Amino acid sequence: MLDINIYKKLSHFDLHVQLKTKQERVVLFGPSGSGKTTVLNCIAGILHPDEGHIRLKEQTFFDSEQKRNKPTPIQNRNLGYLFQDYALFPHMTVKQNIAYGMKDSEIVKDLIEVVGIEHLLQEYPSNISGGEKQRVALVRALATRPNALLLDEPFSALDEKTRRDCQDELLRIHDMWNIPILIVTHNLEEARKLGHRILRINQGKIVH
Amino acid sequence: MNEMNLSPLWLSFKTAIIATMIVFIIAVFLARVLSRRSFPGKSVIEAVFLLPLVLPPTVVGFGLLFLFGKKGPIGKILIKWFDIQVVFSWYAVIIAAIVVAFPLMYQSASAAFQKYDANLEYAAYTMGASKWRVFWTISFPLAWPGLLAGLVLTFARALGEFGATLMLAGYIPNVTDTIPLAIYFAVESGNMEMATFWVIIIVSLGFSAILWLNWWSKRHMLQHAHKRKT
Repeated sequence: MLDINIYKKLSHFDLHVQLKTKQERVVLFGPSGSGKTTVLNCIAGILHPDEGHIRLKEQTFFDSEQKRNKPTPIQNRNLGYLFQDYALFPHMTVKQNIAYGMKDSEIVKDLIEVVGIEHLLQEYPSNISGGEKQRVALVRALATRPNALLLDEPFSALDEKTRRDCQDELLRIHDMWNIPILIVTHNLEEARKLGHRILRINQGKIVH
Repeated sequence: MNEMNLSPLWLSFKTAIIATMIVFIIAVFLARVLSRRSFPGKSVIEAVFLLPLVLPPTVVGFGLLFLFGKKGPIGKILIKWFDIQVVFSWYAVIIAAIVVAFPLMYQSASAAFQKYDANLEYAAYTMGASKWRVFWTISFPLAWPGLLAGLVLTFARALGEFGATLMLAGYIPNVTDTIPLAIYFAVESGNMEMATFWVIIIVSLGFSAILWLNWWSKRHMLQHAHKRKT
């Protein structure tokens, strides 16, 4: 169960997002600069809200009511985060990237097969295409056995066909894993395809 | 040339190596802590760090003399607690080298730590890595080319330090006579042969350092390009 209630003052508007989800795929849909990535960064612990709470399963990552408890550090939240630019480590091979936070090598082996990147394991990120990078980053994020997955515009840099393939893979992986997935996108078609639920966000507020 | 005393060479190297190691550790630590943070007063702190770069070495020497002198705030404590007198000792040579070389290392390290995408570190954190592990496996290797450039500049600057060293350490043969000081006093005493010898040594050292650095960074860039291609 992911339960968030985030309030944060940003330079142009105030961000206020509430959300509860069990194991659904929730899409945050909205134009660029509407605060979607900030929501993911708050959940991941890269930024902190001014007020509100963030809970996942039995863990409380942040709660402004309990001032004495510091926010949970990023490394203790156990979330998979796929950054918009993938953030693959440029000085490590694909294999080293995936192994960085790996908890279960058997599952990772399966994942590598499912997304079809066996032939890339010895390559450096700078030598592989955008679609391949996205797959590597997805496997890397899942290799830590996260309790939730955050995807920031995961398919925006891909061509139509690769995008559809990757979307299908994501759906397949979600069927296997059953964890809450938060997907940020500004593509309506993608939002409809991937989301059990679509939250439209504009100027930091959820629009109904 | 027979009676040439080679102690300046040994002393200069010993001093420059120790000073470079100390500067490297302190500057890399401070640069990593400060480089991606913004807080009120940061520019003032950084200005203080970089000040020795723009001040005449005599002013730096004067400041150090004030701090480390017998009655200076640090000098007093060192004498009282550890019985160490800094002024006119080998420690003074090291301290002068550290202070004048520090800005070069700090500037290089600060730029190196800001050059790569911050999300790379965050990505490592989300995978459960500790701060220590992120530093050694992500931040340090990605900043390394910049750090190495800083390291060479720091070493060269420490090796060539003259003004502040003279003010704080004086010229005491076999104790504080680094190569630059040996050159100055050789010329003063009309021993042009000795001065020329040391000049040739220090020019070759500086030249090789820069040559090596250029060669290394070119090779590094080529390797990088090669990784991209293959």
